[in-house]
Amino acid sequence: MAEVEIKQENLVYAKPKLITNQEMHYCPGCSHGTVHKLIAEVIEELALEYNSIGISPVGCSVFSYNYIDIDWIQAPHGRALAVASAVKRLHPDHLVFTYQGDGDLSAIGTAESIHAAARGENVVAIYINNAIYGMTGGQMAPTTLLGMKTATTPYGRDPQLNGYPYKIADMMALLDGATYITRQSVHKPANVRKCKAAIKKAFQRSMERKGFSLVEVVTTCSSGWKLSPVASNEWMEQNMFPYYPLGDIKEIK
Amino acid sequence: MAEKDVKLMKGNEVIAHAAIRYGCDGYFGYPITPQSEVLETLMELKPWETTGMVVLQAESETSSINMVYGGAATGKRVMTSSSSPGVSLMTETLSYLAAAELPCLIVNCQRGGPGLGTIQPAQGDYFQAVKGGGHGDYRLIVLAPNSVQEMHDHVAEGFDLAFKYRTPAMILADGVIGQMMEKVVLAPQRPRKTTAEIAAECGEWATTGKYEGRTRNIITTLELQPERMQEINLRLQAKYRQIEQQAVRYETTECDDADYVIVAFGSSARICSATVEIARAEGLKVGLLRPITLYPFPTVPLAELAMRGVKGFLVAELNAGQMVEDVRLAVNGKAPVEHYGRQGGMLFSPDDVLVALKEKLINR
Repeated sequence: MAEVEIKQENLVYAKPKLITNQEMHYCPGCSHGTVHKLIAEVIEELALEYNSIGISPVGCSVFSYNYIDIDWIQAPHGRALAVASAVKRLHPDHLVFTYQGDGDLSAIGTAESIHAAARGENVVAIYINNAIYGMTGGQMAPTTLLGMKTATTPYGRDPQLNGYPYKIADMMALLDGATYITRQSVHKPANVRKCKAAIKKAFQRSMERKGFSLVEVVTTCSSGWKLSPVASNEWMEQNMFPYYPLGDIKEIK
Repeated sequence: MAEKDVKLMKGNEVIAHAAIRYGCDGYFGYPITPQSEVLETLMELKPWETTGMVVLQAESETSSINMVYGGAATGKRVMTSSSSPGVSLMTETLSYLAAAELPCLIVNCQRGGPGLGTIQPAQGDYFQAVKGGGHGDYRLIVLAPNSVQEMHDHVAEGFDLAFKYRTPAMILADGVIGQMMEKVVLAPQRPRKTTAEIAAECGEWATTGKYEGRTRNIITTLELQPERMQEINLRLQAKYRQIEQQAVRYETTECDDADYVIVAFGSSARICSATVEIARAEGLKVGLLRPITLYPFPTVPLAELAMRGVKGFLVAELNAGQMVEDVRLAVNGKAPVEHYGRQGGMLFSPDDVLVALKEKLINR
């Protein structure tokens, strides 16, 4: 197909410069691609392309480093915020952020996550909460809702057997070192814009060394939930948002 | 010539001083006996006000080694220290560090195990240090100091080897070396590496943030294609063979005419050097071979001693018999190789070792 030149005034959308041409491995309907795009746009808008170090987790987004064109460190499972703490202290003028799922940040990595927030590390955690382990085939996550069916809760999550879900964002908001905690989604255009603004604010605060920021993004996992992308969005609105309400939880100016 | 900077210091304290003077960029640690003086000394010396070195107390050894992973990924000279149970917690990330080929320094001031064990000195972590400890096929370069001076010297040597071969290095000390005070000659203060120096040395791989003219760097240990994962393994193994060829260090005492050779490392070797003196005074031709690098192991010199006609080797360790396996592999059946050890924080005396040598080899 021939390249069509589009005049700047007519341009309404373009792939962000920092999103690579690598084909994404994410499933249809997955929210990771949208959040990746927002991060790439914000880094470009803040002119931090040469000043950013991302820390990727273990889980579906382990391959974040293939898609956003900055330097990346892939951390052992759950340890991203310990890795980020050291990188930021050794490179205080850089943007240092982690990109982690609910299993990585709030199950196996709970200690590293809580203590990075408690120390007030000037880093940002982008926390993707889809209430399930996607990469390993849909097992229960710490954020799996009560009654929700997963590969390891085939009859639904039972608090007597499996314990209760928890909200690490609300827990972190109690910590003096955590200064900006927000919960967003990317399931509708307006939410995408709000989420981008939150990521931008968190990145700016990190560069201003205002303490620890967490941007939780409540997302779907169509494959893990065994629902179509559209049905997943509806299920998320009906079931996830009541337990994980959207909006800012804490902001210290 | 400038006067030498000589101090009386604990082995653990000297680690802190040596790290600052070497130009270390960051130390990340967690308290555990018998090595807590490393972090305590660094916090007291406040190197962030002088050299700019970062010092941070983590919430666990799991966290501190992952801080090392982050720092090392950016080409900085970073380190941690711990003692046996704490090092066990670190082993997952030691495997990652070796796989990602990240240079860094880990100090293990060993205590007695297994389990929570004791806070008294032991050498029971030889297998863990020398054979890997974590998952997968990898090695650490392992240095075994036998004095406070070597504790000091091995900080610089460990970092230099780690950066030369792009692999983690470990100082395998023990509670004796960490806690005892000795005279030490301190190295002069060196500046930390500049951003430009790090870019020149590590720019091809370190995640320092991109700059104009260089594509992004990625530190990862994930490779799902079996063919490519095997390639990575073969490259690592080739590097380890190179290390085995080039980096072996050891020391011999009275081995030239020895009928019997004691093999010992670290604090055990310190004790056994006195055994050699006592034995020689009795007219017994006894020598000592002290591996300074435990990996790479001095296999060739041991094999040569066996070929030359040494009648037997006694491996004296503060464990139930670990290094003895590597000595047996080196000697390869050409002479008897016996083990003498104590565990649980118990030490042996020079006389104890001589009695064992007579019982197990000379008078057998």
